Amino acid sequence: MPARPTIVALLLLVLAAVPVAASDDTEKELEKYRQMLTADPWSNPGLLEADRGEALWKQVRGPNKASLERCDLGKGPGKVEGAFAELPRYFKDADRVLDLEARLVWCMQTLQGFARADILERPYSGANQTGTELEALATYVALKSNGAKFAPHLEHPKEREALALGEALFFRRQGPMDFACATCHGDTGKRIRLQALPYLSKPEEARAVVGEWPAYRVSQGTVMTTQHRIADCYWQMRLPLVDYGSDVTIALTIYLVNQARGGDITAPAIKR
Amino acid sequence: MVAIGVYLLIPRDEGAALLDRAVEASWTTAAPEWRGRLIQDETQKACSQYRNAPPKAAADAILAREKASIVYPADGNLMGDWRKGQALAQSGYGGRFTDVPPRADNGGNCYACHQLDAEELSYGTLGPSLRAYGKDRKFASAEAKAVYERIYNPQAVIACANMPRLGSSRFLTVEQIKDLVAFVMSPESPVNQ
Repeated sequence: MPARPTIVALLLLVLAAVPVAASDDTEKELEKYRQMLTADPWSNPGLLEADRGEALWKQVRGPNKASLERCDLGKGPGKVEGAFAELPRYFKDADRVLDLEARLVWCMQTLQGFARADILERPYSGANQTGTELEALATYVALKSNGAKFAPHLEHPKEREALALGEALFFRRQGPMDFACATCHGDTGKRIRLQALPYLSKPEEARAVVGEWPAYRVSQGTVMTTQHRIADCYWQMRLPLVDYGSDVTIALTIYLVNQARGGDITAPAIKR
Repeated sequence: MVAIGVYLLIPRDEGAALLDRAVEASWTTAAPEWRGRLIQDETQKACSQYRNAPPKAAADAILAREKASIVYPADGNLMGDWRKGQALAQSGYGGRFTDVPPRADNGGNCYACHQLDAEELSYGTLGPSLRAYGKDRKFASAEAKAVYERIYNPQAVIACANMPRLGSSRFLTVEQIKDLVAFVMSPESPVNQ
């Protein structure tokens, strides 16, 4: 823990230095900053969330006094290793395609007996807050696929339907700004202000970034999950808050994971 | 030909209906006055369907419809205050659910996508650089009108342009757009130094 404020302060210094750099050097400075973020993987505060998530996973909790150790993430009850690499997928018990986070909610409801409204009362942490239970659990499960490659399931018709939906959603323009996901993520080498934007319909670029989430965000001082990342994009697109575990966020996730097929899972990565 | 057209149309319509149903079901907590944002207008529908590359007939329909939505200043003066435009170009405020109730006027957020004043290094590249835009066009008044139209409604000029229709959507006021035109077109503006 003592390492964290120091790292953050150091990174903020680098960030502050960026605007005074000469225009030609801006990209170089940004690259230096990105390298500093990843130079020492053990300085990653996201790992603390994964540890918290593991403890939560094993803890007997809820009205049913049960742990999540019998939760089936798709590879059988209790099998966490590699499960994230194959999510989202169709679950027969739910008769629905679920992503990691929606599946965690499902297990907390069915195994531990928590009420859905209670689980989702505070799904996302605010800036500089400790991760929420869902964030910690998601980070833990994702870390257990760190080093694996995305291998999405597309055998079930509902999985293929979700993929088609996700692709259409990616290009759907809506809201007062006419934004679609593709508005910002539909070309190579673009930026918003100084923030580089991945071209997510291009497999090489999707493979480099999709597996980074859930990620520790330095600017927020907390972990951010895929669900939150997508909800935040819709917020920027000037749409209302999208439901947690909604068909829309799950479909977009399966689209992104399919674009990133074969890409390394590096979660929890450290991001800006 | 008819048979092929019908064949192509059916899956697309079914897909569109599926999409609208998923959107409808995924924002259950949205307030009624916000739900309208999820529903697409004709232009958004066409640009989504054709992924921003509409065939000529669809593009012409968009251009005509969007052009008709442009409102010009009553006194015909298109140039406002470039200093106000400079501040507007920096501000990305407005329109998010966390911006309610409003704490400031909506901003143009131009720097998110465009280079303008050479002194501002934190600019995006989703749109073209507008550095020295007015100077390069000899500050011609016809160019000022074109800039006004491009800010008010870029889709009146390029069908399915990525840029928001800032005037037609009422995100910015006519006065604000005039200030932005001055920021881009005024000889005194830092954009043209």
